[in-house]
Amino acid sequence: MLAKRIIPCLDVKDGKTVKGINFVNFRDAGDPVELGAQYSEQGADELVFLDITASHEGRKTFADLVRRVAANINIPFTVGGGINELKDVDRLLNAGADKVSINSAAIRNPRLIEEIATHFGSQVCVVAIDANYEDNVWRCYLNGGRIPTEHLLFDWAKQAEELGAGEILFTSMSHDGVKTGYPNEALCTLSETLHIPVIASGGAGKKEHFKDTFTKGKADAALAASVFHFGEIKIKELKEYLHNEGINVRI
Amino acid sequence: MQIAIIDYNAGNIFSVDYALKRLGIEAVITSDKETIAKADKVIFPGQGEAHSTMRYLRKTGIDKLILDLKQPVLGICIGMQLMCRHSEEGNTDCLGIFDAEVKRFIPRRHEDKVTHMGWNSLQNTKGALFSGSFDEKFVYFVHSYYVSLNEHACATTEYIQPFSVALEKGNYYATQFHPEKSGSVGEQILSNFINL
Repeated sequence: MLAKRIIPCLDVKDGKTVKGINFVNFRDAGDPVELGAQYSEQGADELVFLDITASHEGRKTFADLVRRVAANINIPFTVGGGINELKDVDRLLNAGADKVSINSAAIRNPRLIEEIATHFGSQVCVVAIDANYEDNVWRCYLNGGRIPTEHLLFDWAKQAEELGAGEILFTSMSHDGVKTGYPNEALCTLSETLHIPVIASGGAGKKEHFKDTFTKGKADAALAASVFHFGEIKIKELKEYLHNEGINVRI
Repeated sequence: MQIAIIDYNAGNIFSVDYALKRLGIEAVITSDKETIAKADKVIFPGQGEAHSTMRYLRKTGIDKLILDLKQPVLGICIGMQLMCRHSEEGNTDCLGIFDAEVKRFIPRRHEDKVTHMGWNSLQNTKGALFSGSFDEKFVYFVHSYYVSLNEHACATTEYIQPFSVALEKGNYYATQFHPEKSGSVGEQILSNFINL
């Protein structure tokens, strides 16, 4: 049976891993490659490296970092940040990334999803969505949560799927970094609406939150950052807990 | 020992090279027929679409080369599918090393997503690639087409229905999953191939 995935996310700024509380106030959490290799050994199922400042400051994700990650770890990994055109995707895949995650660029130019799917296959294309629950709707944001858009979560996710997205990575801006659990109601709606895997992101504070997002949220994968970086939750212990709770995970 | 990784415009080639390097093995990524023919082991990796990939192999003559190889050959993912008789993807006649049909997954429930992507467990493992104990071990998959159960299967997995995820026949070996992305379990399988 296909396992639920646990994905540590490494937000990278200036070549270092950081994690924000509600997208601001970064704390240093170490070298991305070293962290990635450690997570891989601890049993992480995939890794995500996001160049979080990239879209705001127009910087490109460093292909050198991607190359070092690919050389050193033996599980799949996704790279995001600063991807605006097909050329960027080509460069990152050639450096050894398995998938790319696009966020602001996909909203600005939805055709990019289609182009990635056509050239490299849907499985390569993760569409990341930052959304905030406000005025009774989930509104999508650009540039790491800085700019509100006209797009609403469920419609945009469906459109992304139709354009060829391979997975949806949904981050709730109000849940991110505050460790009160994932937005399971919205995740469940996404999972029941879409035919592609949904990755829950933002909000994990304890092991139960992972269980809840797999059961109540029906997520295919759960992504977290700070709880792993600062050792609050050990991946091995988390997987043993989930296994004991009857959730199929790779041990 | 010389390991050749066939370069044929497919994705995922570097990942295999990196994985071999982690095992301490230097491989050569090449489309040069002489180098491939002379290698001690040949890896036929990749991600891609069956029809265009098969057309490329025919155009370059790599198709005949693969059929003539006598040393151990390992096909990975699309490599494995192209070693079968026929694929539903683009209604493509393939190399025919394994007498098996490649079919598209048809979902039965909403939870059955058409790309089988992620970690799934092995069953019914046997043969040289799986020397050791591999039943119930997890390996990493990314594919929308699958190889039906057949006499050459040396590992199976269940997703929507049981299907073949590794094949063995003479000097030809193949895996649907990506050993180069499957953690220490994948490294052991690659290592078993290298040590044949």
